[in-house]
Amino acid sequence: MIEDIELETLINEVYEYYGFDFGSYSRASLKRRVNRIYQLDGFTYFEEFLSKVRSDSEYYKRMVDEITVNVTEMFRDPSFYTVIRNQILPLLGTKPFIRLWHAGCSTGEEVYSVAILLKEAGLLHKSLIYATDINTTVLETAKKGIFPLRMMKEYSENYRDSGGKEDFSNYYTANYGIAKFNEELSKKMVFSQHNLVSDTSFNEFDLIFCRNVLIYFDNDLQKRAINLFDESLSVLGFLALGTKETIKYSISQSKYKQVEKEKIWRKIK
Amino acid sequence: MEENQINQDFKVVIIGGSAGSLNVLMQILPQLPVIKTFAVVIVLHRKSTDDQTLEELIKLKVRSNVKPIEDKVPFLPGFIYIAPSNYHLLFEKNDVLSLDTSEKINYSRPSIDVSFESAAEVYKNRLTGILLSGSNADGTEGLKSVKNEGGTIIIQDPDSAEMPFMPNHAIQNTTPDYVLNIQQILQFILSIDN
Repeated sequence: MIEDIELETLINEVYEYYGFDFGSYSRASLKRRVNRIYQLDGFTYFEEFLSKVRSDSEYYKRMVDEITVNVTEMFRDPSFYTVIRNQILPLLGTKPFIRLWHAGCSTGEEVYSVAILLKEAGLLHKSLIYATDINTTVLETAKKGIFPLRMMKEYSENYRDSGGKEDFSNYYTANYGIAKFNEELSKKMVFSQHNLVSDTSFNEFDLIFCRNVLIYFDNDLQKRAINLFDESLSVLGFLALGTKETIKYSISQSKYKQVEKEKIWRKIK
Repeated sequence: MEENQINQDFKVVIIGGSAGSLNVLMQILPQLPVIKTFAVVIVLHRKSTDDQTLEELIKLKVRSNVKPIEDKVPFLPGFIYIAPSNYHLLFEKNDVLSLDTSEKINYSRPSIDVSFESAAEVYKNRLTGILLSGSNADGTEGLKSVKNEGGTIIIQDPDSAEMPFMPNHAIQNTTPDYVLNIQQILQFILSIDN
């Protein structure tokens, strides 16, 4: 187990050597993740671990991949997707063209979930879905649209609970333990690396998803990210966060109107 | 200032449980007066949907305020907190709570081990970890951390547990300070404010 002061040393060294700043990440979760890989990779001395991170950029990349949380699922919180399906998409459907952004998309389960909703609403053909993450390894998985077949039972239940009426298995081809989602869904997706800590706005969007990403950030970094989303949202666009996240402490409430009790806010000016 | 000083050394009780533990909580929580000098955190294995049934149920049964947990909410004495479904619950050094959606631990999210381990680091000897009925091994590793950091560990007497596996597993692998039945657990919690 590493000490608090060792974690701070690691954060500083990573910033110095690689320019990546974990300084505004929530410590409880970050420390747990660093301890996890430290033990997983069999280190006994912190110095040994630190020197490996410093001198071996491949290992550094592995460490970043492992300490950033990449757990995601399709149609997580079905009731959230019901609101997207029934309330948000009909509003966006009146636009000639719809731009969406999944910030911190991880392996892409949420991106494919939303693409399915767009398809069922007859909007996919005029949508463009940007999906970004800091971790390039997960983006490769997301691009392929290949997920474990064993998860499909749970995902199809979530899909049904969210109001889905189709046969969920029509959206993928099952093969040797994997489910490959139809290219019809992925051809409207653009994947690229983007870092919420240091990168800026790159387009204007009608709907931004950033679910269960801000929980890993401290208040200052949350503010930065929310302001970045604000700059990237069109007026009357929507921002969707995780069920336990809020914009309340990060931006003026007069600019946004919450959609009922959901963690979805509409930019009103 | 005075209030800050009281807050600075408040005690924390985390109750972890799985199958058969809701019943135990329903016998303990309604008997508690409004708690003052400590905070209670409930970490139960539950369905991974975002439903508030557990929160609503507990709210109806207790006299203390139940604080809904959202990301980075202040963690204060005098309140009961309930770990939300589908997140691990962690404790930050500056007395705020944070959430994490990383891999399930012991097939569970929230995992009792994760909350015990995280709180042990911050609250050390001010922490009491109580492990109730269940049929999985979650909680044992966390109780070890609580003990290592100087906290108190209490395990429900397996004879009083609907599902004795979880308490038995913990008793066999830790050195509990107390093994108590439901009534005795209530008495222990009542004694904290005195």
